[in-house]
Amino acid sequence: MTMLGRTAQNLFWLSRYVERAENMARLLEVGYRMSLTSRREGGASEHLVSMMQAAEVDEAFASKDRVADVDTVANFMMFDPDNFSSVYSCLLAARTNARSVRTAITSDMWESINSAWLEFSQIKPRDVRGAKLLGLLEWVKDIGHQFRGALLGTILRDDGFAFLQAGNFIERADNTARILDMKYYVLLPRAKMVGGDLDIQQWTLILRAASAHRSYRHVYHDRYKAHNIADFLILRPEMPRSLIFCAKYIEDNLATLSQFYGQKQSCDEAASQLRSMVDGTDMDTIFTYGLHEFLTEFIARNNRVSDTLSESYNFY
Amino acid sequence: MAENPPFDEMYNPDGSVREPYRALAQWLEEQPDKALTLMQSDAEAIFRKLGITFAVYGSAEGTEKVIPFDVIPRIIAAQEWRRLSKGIEQRVKALNAFLYDIYHRQEILKAGRIPDKLILQNEAFCPEMMGLEPARGIYAHIIGVDIVRVGPDAFYVLEDNLRTPSGVSYMLEDREAMMILAPDLFQRQKVAPVENYPENLRRTLESVAPANASASPNIVVLTPGIYNSAYFEHSFLADQMGATLCEGPDLFVDGGKVYMRTTTGPERVDVIYRRIDDDYLDPLTFNPGSMLGVPGLFDAYRAGNVTLVNAPGTGIADDKAVYTYVPEIIEFYLGEKALLQNVPTYNCTDEEQRNWVLSNIGDLVVKEVHGSGGYGMMVGPTSTKAMHAEFRKKIEARPDNYIVQPTLALSTCPTYVNAGIAPRHVDLRPYVLIGDEVRITPGGLTRVALKKGSLVVNSSQGGGTKDTWVLED
Repeated sequence: MTMLGRTAQNLFWLSRYVERAENMARLLEVGYRMSLTSRREGGASEHLVSMMQAAEVDEAFASKDRVADVDTVANFMMFDPDNFSSVYSCLLAARTNARSVRTAITSDMWESINSAWLEFSQIKPRDVRGAKLLGLLEWVKDIGHQFRGALLGTILRDDGFAFLQAGNFIERADNTARILDMKYYVLLPRAKMVGGDLDIQQWTLILRAASAHRSYRHVYHDRYKAHNIADFLILRPEMPRSLIFCAKYIEDNLATLSQFYGQKQSCDEAASQLRSMVDGTDMDTIFTYGLHEFLTEFIARNNRVSDTLSESYNFY
Repeated sequence: MAENPPFDEMYNPDGSVREPYRALAQWLEEQPDKALTLMQSDAEAIFRKLGITFAVYGSAEGTEKVIPFDVIPRIIAAQEWRRLSKGIEQRVKALNAFLYDIYHRQEILKAGRIPDKLILQNEAFCPEMMGLEPARGIYAHIIGVDIVRVGPDAFYVLEDNLRTPSGVSYMLEDREAMMILAPDLFQRQKVAPVENYPENLRRTLESVAPANASASPNIVVLTPGIYNSAYFEHSFLADQMGATLCEGPDLFVDGGKVYMRTTTGPERVDVIYRRIDDDYLDPLTFNPGSMLGVPGLFDAYRAGNVTLVNAPGTGIADDKAVYTYVPEIIEFYLGEKALLQNVPTYNCTDEEQRNWVLSNIGDLVVKEVHGSGGYGMMVGPTSTKAMHAEFRKKIEARPDNYIVQPTLALSTCPTYVNAGIAPRHVDLRPYVLIGDEVRITPGGLTRVALKKGSLVVNSSQGGGTKDTWVLED
């Protein structure tokens, strides 16, 4: 059956918002853990703010004129409807998109996102302060796992699937790039190859935010090292949140789409330009180019894939 | 209020069980304590999980409720249903003939059987439809006929719904839920299936595609969007039929034809099952402020390039003031006596009838001619003196705006409520499809007033639904 351009758009954003909700929970968890372990005066607040920078919601928070502490930041990241990336906003947007395309998703997918929203909307912010916060963040991550499980297990592998997957991985690529960019300076090569305690703490933060602090060991059999961490999150094809994994996955999905419809589109070119940034290169080349500059360019190209995809398939 | 106790569909006055309910009564007796309580909470979980909700207007945006579902089915005997469905078929044929006539030669007005003024000055009359030839001459393809029962053999038609009757998804989901909750109950008797409704709907829609449509016509469901109270039903029906669910902006008109915007460009649309009111269909022909419709849609329709289901202007046949003439309409077009009775209705523009109404208002039901959904109505026996006075004033000010009927003692069915099983008043909305043939789904939607003694069954006023069983011989 032919698909409305709007349906494709809703599917794309449904997946993006589910992924974003999960990433927000992950970032908040890192900010929370860091703020707990900070020994310095004002250090807790700084960690929380830099976490919000990575999520690109720091300005929205600043406009609220509140002191950044665990409660205010957790409330802002979880429940604030004024924060368009809060878990609340993401789940609501995901459910609204899902509702618009009820006929294009399976009932398992609908039930998964619908019951997640219904349960989430029952939670009272004051009930999840302190220690209960971590439990709730785990639950938000589970929402993502559950939704993807329902998706992978039940949906037809047609154009709808490709739009859903493209949304998921464009959002994930964006998130990983932003996490790296937030702390890019602690990853830069330095004369002293062994990091100090502070470095190790920051690296752990980066890895945790990408759920990569344990899988790192499986790949590198080594202590945390800046070079490896950057390599892991940018260039390792077996790491499902790395830039190269996402870029390849996006390119493959758009290729599936153009095959499905029998015509190449401008977004195929944009996806190949994104992938070419991380394919056939190494960390030394990237460091020479400039890590921050590289990440900025990657985020811009990723946005371009999203924009051209909208044009190519008549989103409106 | 009626003096005799209302007719109960399960129990005779002497306490014995009526024939169609035998198996159910037996089954209820066998249920252990708390079984129904459990079923009731399971049912709620099933409905909520499926997202079968309706939005309540006037409450905060996004408020969605699950219509209460009662786990005790309502049962209709095969022979009772045969009578009912014959009467329904007669009625819908006559109403379509009436619509064709009203929008063409208006013979019935010329013959003086209905006053001109009642039709031509009626808000529901749609002059844009004059002379238009809809596919197969059918205007109302999907009709819900609201029927009440007051005795073993006494059925009345309360109203005909020819615009966009809703609720059919509840009929289908109620059956689905009932089969999950009490599968053993279905093994004890033969219950006529309702599951083929979506297939029949599709066949009906295909059968009225424009002559120039392709062999397998492209069918869409047009919804006002996710904030509409019946959005769940729109998406449900589109899904079940394999049709595309569209909103106004998804469609456009070019060269007198309707297209939808797909991922690969425009694609022709042949039949639109629209769940948008007439007024909002096309800002160029109707309400210019409409954001929900499709500019130019009506011209494409007039040119015969697309079929609208139901046609615009069908409201003239279910107008509450025209309702009183339906027996007349059946006789005029079919030359038959009406098989189903209307509820006796008082005409307030007649002075003698009005005076009688005004002094007996406490016993009567007053309905606004253009009201629906249980809004703008008053049930005399359950309303306060102040309400009576208010409606007396309203009727005196605008007698033509109200119809008045006796308070009918709607039949009751056993219903599971907090206090256990107790009788509650019910009505019935069977769903009729009219295309290449007339298809009536056995049963329909039973709505039940969950409040003790209440006669208002609308979901917006605290009503619930029941699965409705027509037994097979």
